[in-house]
Amino acid sequence: MANALTTPDDAPQEAPAGILNWHRAYLGFVSRKLFAFTDAVHGISAFALITLVVLFKKNRHARRVIHPLIRGQIERAGLRLLPMTSYLAAALGLVIIGQAVFLLDQIGVQNFTGTIMVTVVVRELGPMIAALVVLARVGTAIVIELGTSRALGEVEAMEALGIDPVHFFVVPRVIGLALSIFALTIYLIIIALLSGYLFAFLQDVPLYPSEYFKQITAALTWQDFVLLALKTSLFGAIIALVTCYQGLAQPLRIEEVATATTRAVGRSVVACVLLDALFIIVYLVM
Amino acid sequence: MIVDNPFQSNAATPLIEMVDAAVAPPRGGGVEVEGVNWRIFPENFWVVAGESGSGKSDFLATAGGLQRPLRGQVKLFGNETFTVSEAALVEQRRRIGIVFEGGGRLFNRMTVAGNVALPLRYHRNWTENEAEDSIREVLELLELIPLAQQVPGSLSANWQHRAALARALILKPEILLLDKPLEGLDFRHQRWTLDFLAKLSEGCAYYDGKPVTIVATTEDLPPWKKAARQFALLKNHRWQEIGGRAELEAGGAELLQENWTENI
Repeated sequence: MANALTTPDDAPQEAPAGILNWHRAYLGFVSRKLFAFTDAVHGISAFALITLVVLFKKNRHARRVIHPLIRGQIERAGLRLLPMTSYLAAALGLVIIGQAVFLLDQIGVQNFTGTIMVTVVVRELGPMIAALVVLARVGTAIVIELGTSRALGEVEAMEALGIDPVHFFVVPRVIGLALSIFALTIYLIIIALLSGYLFAFLQDVPLYPSEYFKQITAALTWQDFVLLALKTSLFGAIIALVTCYQGLAQPLRIEEVATATTRAVGRSVVACVLLDALFIIVYLVM
Repeated sequence: MIVDNPFQSNAATPLIEMVDAAVAPPRGGGVEVEGVNWRIFPENFWVVAGESGSGKSDFLATAGGLQRPLRGQVKLFGNETFTVSEAALVEQRRRIGIVFEGGGRLFNRMTVAGNVALPLRYHRNWTENEAEDSIREVLELLELIPLAQQVPGSLSANWQHRAALARALILKPEILLLDKPLEGLDFRHQRWTLDFLAKLSEGCAYYDGKPVTIVATTEDLPPWKKAARQFALLKNHRWQEIGGRAELEAGGAELLQENWTENI
């Protein structure tokens, strides 16, 4: 009994061994994650390159089949998302922009309103929110429909008929989502700026509409328009590529489609945030 | 053993040729069939029989140029698969019609007419209206007109299989590869399919009287005895040519007795 209560001689040595094991396990976890990340980047980059080659090489092939598919994707990722985008844009304007205008007014720096609006809404929140809406509503559906097609052997059937699956499935989605996110972002920005002014007006902020929009237009440069178009198109292309890659580029069983969908959402978000960070550097350099 | 087949012409180039080929599943898992030396000539009607799990589907996909052989060579129309340019590969695939097992892997989000039209529209850049006459012709041939606007999921296996056959025939391929075409069909549809394939192999109006080369796999050889003209077996991971109807009657059928059905 006495021996049981006393500390064994080798007890002090056990703690470092335990910490070492924990460190090894943690390093192993981090290594696996890094390896998976590198593997995913490699796979998606190769897939993007293949898509780019097909896009240019077959841009005149089967246009009467591919063009309606592109229009279908624009309708699905653009037109049908207008109500949801209107709701989010109005909320964004009321909650964030309206409050910013109100606070600027309180500290007497109303002349910064336009700059803040352009930085927050045009450069950052507008494109990101539009991208996330499309990812949630269309990106997930893409993985499920392509993953199911892959699992049921429809993709092999398409290859057997001499139809290029990248041309038929991926190209319309890349073009459709790139155009849709660009258009949705413009729409979202306009609604957000209008609803933001509405909030400021309701709060009795002494700011005339002409002054508000004058500040905004003064803060906008031609680079903003170019970079907005580039950024939103790239968001669309990235979301389409990552979701198509997860659904199409590797053999799937039907029970793996759900996992592929969640993985595609995670990877799309990471890719969009990384792209956004890249654009922040561009804006800072400008 | 390679048996002379009655439709073989020494001057003709084989449509498909497999030389010492070994077949394995695309996801790995070992050799399913090896030592395949096989030549398919125009107007042949082959039936390749094998028990469940013998690798018939992978064998057919390899013969059709959809899968790479593990070893050896597969030549389509004289060119080794996967060594030709992309344009030549597409051309090869247009000349081969494949009907997959289990409903033919139709595109579930399209109607039957949409499924049949897609290869034609894609390769010829046609609108739906431009493709309408050709689609109607093949749908009539397969007796699918009443089901043209239905989606595959609403059809029975019998009609799904027929729609897949229509899709494979729309480009008028020179050779038709069918993976277990009688599987899951009721008696009437089995009979219809056998008669239809026999007509195709003898030459029908849809092909302007030109006979179509056919290869079908099966787990049940007896129903094919009257329709097909060349027979082979996949057994114990080996390729065995039985020969023509005479060889099948003479002894090849003894190989197939276990658990296989009687003639229909």
